[in-house]
Amino acid sequence: MLEVKSLHKVYNPGTVREMCLFEDFSLNIGEHQFVSVVGSNGSGKTSLLNILCGSIPVEGGQVLMDGEDITNQKEHVRNRRIGRIHQNPAMGTCAGMTILENLSLSDNKTKRMGLKQGTDKNRVAAYKQLLAPLGLGLEDMLNARCGSLSGGQRQALALVMATLTPVDFLILDEHTAALDPKTAETIMKLTDRVVREKNLTTIMVTHNLRYALEYGDRLLMMHKGGVVLDKQGADKQKLRIEDLLGMFNSISIECGN
Amino acid sequence: MDILSAFLTGLPATLEQGLIYAVLALGIMITYTILDFPDLTVDGSFPLGGVVTISLLLEGWHPLLALLAAALAGALAGLATGLIHVKMKVRDLFSGIIVMTALYSINLRIASGSALLNVRGTATTLFRNNPVANALPKEAANLILLVVIVLALKFLLDWFFTTRSGYLLRAVGDNDRVVTALARDKGNVKIAGLVIANSLVALSGAVFSQHLRMFEVGMGAGTLVLGLASVIIGITLFKRAQKVKQTTAVIIGSLLYKASVSLAIACGLAPGDMKLVTAALFLGILAMGRIKGKEKKHAGS
Repeated sequence: MLEVKSLHKVYNPGTVREMCLFEDFSLNIGEHQFVSVVGSNGSGKTSLLNILCGSIPVEGGQVLMDGEDITNQKEHVRNRRIGRIHQNPAMGTCAGMTILENLSLSDNKTKRMGLKQGTDKNRVAAYKQLLAPLGLGLEDMLNARCGSLSGGQRQALALVMATLTPVDFLILDEHTAALDPKTAETIMKLTDRVVREKNLTTIMVTHNLRYALEYGDRLLMMHKGGVVLDKQGADKQKLRIEDLLGMFNSISIECGN
Repeated sequence: MDILSAFLTGLPATLEQGLIYAVLALGIMITYTILDFPDLTVDGSFPLGGVVTISLLLEGWHPLLALLAAALAGALAGLATGLIHVKMKVRDLFSGIIVMTALYSINLRIASGSALLNVRGTATTLFRNNPVANALPKEAANLILLVVIVLALKFLLDWFFTTRSGYLLRAVGDNDRVVTALARDKGNVKIAGLVIANSLVALSGAVFSQHLRMFEVGMGAGTLVLGLASVIIGITLFKRAQKVKQTTAVIIGSLLYKASVSLAIACGLAPGDMKLVTAALFLGILAMGRIKGKEKKHAGS
């Protein structure tokens, strides 16, 4: 369970560009929930993810993970239980290292580092088994450098890496936005399968309203640091894309766009 | 022909120096190409290695132990730079400059205030008056010993880069977000990289000093530029050859760099012009690399 309580977030405090994003913002994400978050630019979606992951500090309020206050916990410590995928496919993998080396790195996440061999040869078959169902041919190019892969391939690999060791939470930050429509569809399906298989509590920020409707069991629409729509279960299934678009437009008009 | 014969006469000495500086270049390879950190600490940690090893030889230490102690001293220098940069959030360049500046005085302290320390020719060093060196043919002894040292370090580093810690070190320079995602503190990994790099640099300074049987307080000036030149020559040359390990490329780069400098001197330049030649050569390589298309920086790093 992930929770934020009366969150305060101000950008550029004390300057002329001071901008208050969250003011007394609270949100509770239940265990094993798959939440899609939509909203216009600047509505606070990505900031929310960054706050949950500990990438940016907050001015007030609490972040709770399974009831434990993690507001001041460092990002890398939180990552013991969180897997995250970024919008930019380059961010999830090391370009200069091979697919096998990248997978081995992630596989060692929960292990002691030290001077044991980085790649466990006995795990290669298991890696291939994980990569084969992606249908991208990655299993046959384990020794290729990640920098030579396409965006879709890198994002698929990032997904496998983020969930290779047991994590409880998956944070998806517009992770299909930089991909072509067909690859985006593939990655989205893969994501859904991984989330279901591993029973992950998931927050997915997306600009794709269709994905937000089709996937996940709860939908949030954010605007100016607040939640303006929150539907789950049967209510969410009744939502149609026209409803969402209509709401989106009314928000945007309000902003003068 | 005069130029050629002058160059060939000096060739063994050139190779010896190239090998000694290859150890330095291996250290700088870690900070510059792996961590992407312009580490000026090396201008202080190279002479630090020299002064530690010479002082200990004067105390009658075994030359190998004196090398080891120098490497440890270098590790501490790297640790200082790393802590200043990571924990106190001082910019990379400044962290190195601060430690380099402090080391100048520290080196003088270790040398008990004298700017020059000498070890007598009769003393036991790596290259003289020890059973191994005595058993080798006199003209080739230095070269053989240096080749062994450099190869041993090369294989040690190659092996290290295949370990879990080695993977993590490579990852932090490649894309430090991945290291954070692995629930590891990227700052600590950077510090570890600086520690390893500066212990290699100090080791190089120690070998240099044992070779010449002296320490001189100014011997560190220009160390970074010299090492960078070697690293960049090696990497530029072998950019397309994926099979050649980076460590090999850097060692060859160091040999080529020394060879070009001694060629320039054979052409009639004075030894005092060496730094000018270094600067010109370094600029030339950088400009060439620019023209050939700068190596792509990885996104996210």
